[in-house]
Amino acid sequence: MSKSRFVLERSGLEQLLQALKQEGYVTLGPTVREQAIVYGELHTLQDLPVGLKDWQEGGVYKLAPRSDAALFGYNVGPQSPKQFLHPPLLRLFRAHKNAQGFAVAEEPEAPPKYAFFGVRACELEAIRIQDRVFLGGPYQDPHYKARREQAFIVAVNCTQAGNTCFCTSMHSGPKASTGFDLALTEVLEGDRHHFVGAVGSEAGARLLTKVTHRPASEAEWSQAETLVAQAARHMGRRLQTEGLKELLYQNLEHPRWEEVAGRCLSCGNCTQVCPTCFCTSVEDHSDLAGQEAWRTRRWDSCFTADFSYLHGGSVRVSTKARYRQWLTHKLATWQDQFGSLGCVGCGRCITWCPVGIDLTEEVAAIGGPHVQSQP
Amino acid sequence: MVNLTSPIPRPDPMLPRPFRVTRAIRETADVVTLELEAPAGPPLRFSPGQFTMLYVFGVGEVPISISGDASKPERLVQTIRKVGRVTEALCKLRKGDAVGVRGPFGSSWPLEQAKGGDVVLVAGGIGLPPLRPAIYHILRHRKDYGRVYLLYGARTPADLLFSEELKRWQHTLSHAPGASPVLVTVDRAEGGWDGAVGVVTGLIPSLHLDPTRTTAMMVGPEVMMRFTLAELRKRGLPEAKLYLSMERNMKCALGFCGHCQLGPHFICKDGPVLAFPQVRDWMTRKEV
Amino acid sequence: MSKASLERYLAQHPFFHGLRPKDIEWLASLAQPLSYEVGDYLYREGDASTDFYLIQEGLVRLEIHTPGRGDLTIQTLGPGEVLGWSVMIPETRKTFDARIFQATRLLAFDAETVRRRSEEDHHFGYELCKRFSRVIGERLQATRLRLLDLYGQPH
Repeated sequence: MSKSRFVLERSGLEQLLQALKQEGYVTLGPTVREQAIVYGELHTLQDLPVGLKDWQEGGVYKLAPRSDAALFGYNVGPQSPKQFLHPPLLRLFRAHKNAQGFAVAEEPEAPPKYAFFGVRACELEAIRIQDRVFLGGPYQDPHYKARREQAFIVAVNCTQAGNTCFCTSMHSGPKASTGFDLALTEVLEGDRHHFVGAVGSEAGARLLTKVTHRPASEAEWSQAETLVAQAARHMGRRLQTEGLKELLYQNLEHPRWEEVAGRCLSCGNCTQVCPTCFCTSVEDHSDLAGQEAWRTRRWDSCFTADFSYLHGGSVRVSTKARYRQWLTHKLATWQDQFGSLGCVGCGRCITWCPVGIDLTEEVAAIGGPHVQSQP
Repeated sequence: MVNLTSPIPRPDPMLPRPFRVTRAIRETADVVTLELEAPAGPPLRFSPGQFTMLYVFGVGEVPISISGDASKPERLVQTIRKVGRVTEALCKLRKGDAVGVRGPFGSSWPLEQAKGGDVVLVAGGIGLPPLRPAIYHILRHRKDYGRVYLLYGARTPADLLFSEELKRWQHTLSHAPGASPVLVTVDRAEGGWDGAVGVVTGLIPSLHLDPTRTTAMMVGPEVMMRFTLAELRKRGLPEAKLYLSMERNMKCALGFCGHCQLGPHFICKDGPVLAFPQVRDWMTRKEV
Repeated sequence: MSKASLERYLAQHPFFHGLRPKDIEWLASLAQPLSYEVGDYLYREGDASTDFYLIQEGLVRLEIHTPGRGDLTIQTLGPGEVLGWSVMIPETRKTFDARIFQATRLLAFDAETVRRRSEEDHHFGYELCKRFSRVIGERLQATRLRLLDLYGQPH
């Protein structure tokens, strides 16, 4: 196994970016835009949020300078690889009228080859969860599949945890355990700046050969592990997952739902930033002449008023019903549907909720005194 | 790189197949039955209880239960009630027009499990079309079933669907000479109606059946199904033998868009036909 | 039907089931079997409530006549159903016509006799009241369901 452990200097990492470009990948990773760390195209390491850290809390997201030049010294921003694997807007097909009626043309599927650079363990878990949703059922989503099968993933292990992080509760991090081609831990001490890595696949091994690297020593590996373990000890939130499904199933009429509904704006931010939320809607369009028609698919949210529209009205009219639907789907019914929890503990929903609703706090309130949300 | 084993590749299940309307039958003021054929390629094989997504060019797509004979798939029969933009457009189609079809989707009626026992079919309003394929199947295999009842409730006599067939089924569904397997009632009647007037659930107490060997299949407004379930349980039918066809907002019919969820069930793939124990905890709650 | 088989029929009928054997016997001797043809009136609007009925076969229609709209149907009642719950309330008059729509056989029970016995034997009276209450409840529930117009167009 030690053959698959390596060390990259900063220059080696730069080479890795170039090697990906040469292989024809569009490399996406954290970049700074509009005062947040969002996914953007990476051309050089300088495109990363170098020397920046984030501070997150319920309803608060701030960037601030670090005292060092770390490339990955922050946690997750509002976006996730979902943005690209499950695009927010997609045209599904075009149709045109003809003598027989109409003909449907499939969209020529040629999505770009994506390399995701700097993917956190929680995001890897989210990708695995969405794999089950889009590829594990009686039908497969060909759009997700086409993007997913070509994706190359360079994961980064977190060496610090944010205030809204709770990946350890969800057993999804902070260490990337599987599902990556290469995984790196950034090590910064004094004037040393290198990356201790592990190979996760044959494709990862092949790409590594194009880059200057050396095997990692036991000491170097151990140091990297220590840094990641440190992140595990500083999680900002905690969620009790044992018996969570039963807890929620048995408390669908708990007064807490009404209480949180008094704060929830049903804005849907949580569903947008959540890396596992997958709901979409379709729209049919036609041109003025009525000769061309097309159907688009866009992200949707169970928080919208019309999401559950049926027979002249919506099934879930109140905010209480919609918040309850979101939370019980994420943490309870998801388990019956897909065999795992839908939440990865990334904390985005807490950070990006305008009023700072914290699902760990809500679960604790429903669960009673033996369920804590602060570790 | 990810190695994901994929099943036999199939064309994008979101693409509608153009079918041609061979017949448009106006059933009532707001209900039309379309008979469709595939212009090329294989006919659409389905099981009773399944539905398709029907697409009107440039207008939209809606889920419609298949209401035809599963043993004659060359003719795809769909009965549509005009309730909105897309269904209105569907009801306006004429012979020769094109309709996009995706499907069939969903679970089907438990016709195998119901064999060897009595069967009660309860249809409310536009609930009769999704049960008609089950009736055709039972007629085709009549000896496999015991007493069969069709209880059908409509708003007024003018809203009754398939009147001619209802008369024929009175004989063909019969278990013994003189039996009345088809019981039709309306909520409101004036003048010329010489049949029962009252709620369809009122027909249940007088049925002659062996509750321990009876399977019930019902479709209709959810309130009507809740009351029907209560009456059937009063008769002693076991909960596991009560089957409903549920409805929720549907966009993709593939289990991807998330709209049709009822608790843990995706109505498009776990349903629409569900056994009562599966939905008992969910359909009695408000706004679920 | 012989008296013995009439008693058995009443005893297992959902409406009378559970009454004391002597009450079943008493009702069986009171029961008057009647037949009606299509178009016959069982009673008319405004008639005194003289009997309650247990329908064995056929179809009875409750109607109300409105000038300009003709006969409006309230409800139909068929085999196994009980007609005439207002008998337990003295001095009530019928609010609807009851017309025969399919040849009907029924058992009629004289209201005055039943009310007199109920006053003398409160146990019997209470048992009957419970049963009629259930009938009234079912009719009310059914009426409310129809008021919802569940099969109507969604708004």
